[in-house]
Amino acid sequence: MSTSVSNLDQVKSGPWNGGRSPFAMEYGKIMMWFFLVSDAFTFSAFLIYYGAQRFSQITWPNPDDVFQSIPFVADEGYPLVFVGIMTFILIMSSVTMVLAVEAGHRNSRKEVVGWMIATIIGGLMFLGCQALEWTHLHHEGYWWGSIPEHYEGIDKLGAQQFANLFFTITGFHGFHVTTGVIINIIILCMTLAGVFERRGTYLMIEKVGLYWHFVDLVWVFVFTFFYLV
Amino acid sequence: MEHDHEAHGEGMSKKLIWKVFFYLLAITCLEFFIALVLVYKGVLEKGPLVNFIYVVLTLIKAYYIVSYFMHLKFERMGFIISVLIVFIFIIYFIILLLTEGSYLNLHLNHFFS
Repeated sequence: MSTSVSNLDQVKSGPWNGGRSPFAMEYGKIMMWFFLVSDAFTFSAFLIYYGAQRFSQITWPNPDDVFQSIPFVADEGYPLVFVGIMTFILIMSSVTMVLAVEAGHRNSRKEVVGWMIATIIGGLMFLGCQALEWTHLHHEGYWWGSIPEHYEGIDKLGAQQFANLFFTITGFHGFHVTTGVIINIIILCMTLAGVFERRGTYLMIEKVGLYWHFVDLVWVFVFTFFYLV
Repeated sequence: MEHDHEAHGEGMSKKLIWKVFFYLLAITCLEFFIALVLVYKGVLEKGPLVNFIYVVLTLIKAYYIVSYFMHLKFERMGFIISVLIVFIFIIYFIILLLTEGSYLNLHLNHFFS
C-alpha cells in the first residue's frame, strides 16, 4: 500500500474549495454587508415608487417652495440652506466614524472612544434637525393624509403623494439613524468596558461603521430626489 | 485570520479619509451652486438636463462613500461582485416603474382634466 493519500482525502487549501475564507473577511462583516444590500433594496423600492408617482402626476410641489425655512432664523426665503446643514452634519459624522475605525485598526482605545462620541453627537444633531423640519412642515399642514389648504384642484393629488412619501421615506431613514445612534452608544459602552481590548480586535467598530455609512449613503439619495430634483 | 488581515491591507489612512471628505463636500457644494445660483438665476432651466447632472453627482458621491468609507474598494473582487451584482435588479426596477409612471401620466390623467 502506498503511503500517499488518495485525491479525495487530500486536505484542500484553495480559497474556493473550503481551504480558507474566499473573501478573506470575518463572518459578521460579510453578514452586515448582505444585510445592508437587503436594506438598500427596501430604500430603493421606496425611492423608485416615489419616482413613479412623480412621473405619473401632472403637478408636483416645488421643493424650493416647500423647504425654504431655517428654524429659529427665517420662516421662508432660504431654500436648501437647512437641508444643506443637515447633509453636512451627516457627512461629518460619517467622517468621524471612519476615523474611529481607523483608530480601531491601531488598537487605540482612547481615540476610538473620542471619535465614537463625536459620531453619536453628529447623529443626535441630525435627528434634532429632522425633528425641527418635520415640526415645521406639520405646522404648515403637511402630514400623512393631509396637505395645506392652499393646494387646489389637480394640485392636491400630487401634493398628497408628496406629503405621504416625504414623511414615510425620511421617517424610515430617521428610524435608521435612531437605531444607528443606539447601536453606536452600545458599542461605545463596550469600548469603554474594554470588551474589544480583551478580544484583541476592534472589528466590531468596522461593522457598526458600515451601518452608519449606509445611513449616510441613503441620505445622499433622499437629499437629491426630495430636495434637489 | 491573522495573515488575511494583512492581505487586504488597512487601506484608509487619515490623509485619505480627509481627502474623500473634501471630495464629498465639494460635490455637495457644486450641487448647491447649481440649485441656488445657476437654476435660480436662470442660467440653467430646471428639467431633465439639471436632474441628470444631479443624479450623476449623487452617484459619484455614492461611489466615494461605498468604496472608501465602507472600504469596499479594498475587499476581494469576488466579494465586490457578489455585493454589487444584485443591483442589476434595481436598475431594471427603475426602468419598469418609471415607464409605468409615464404611462399613467399620459393616459390616466385624462380623467382629471
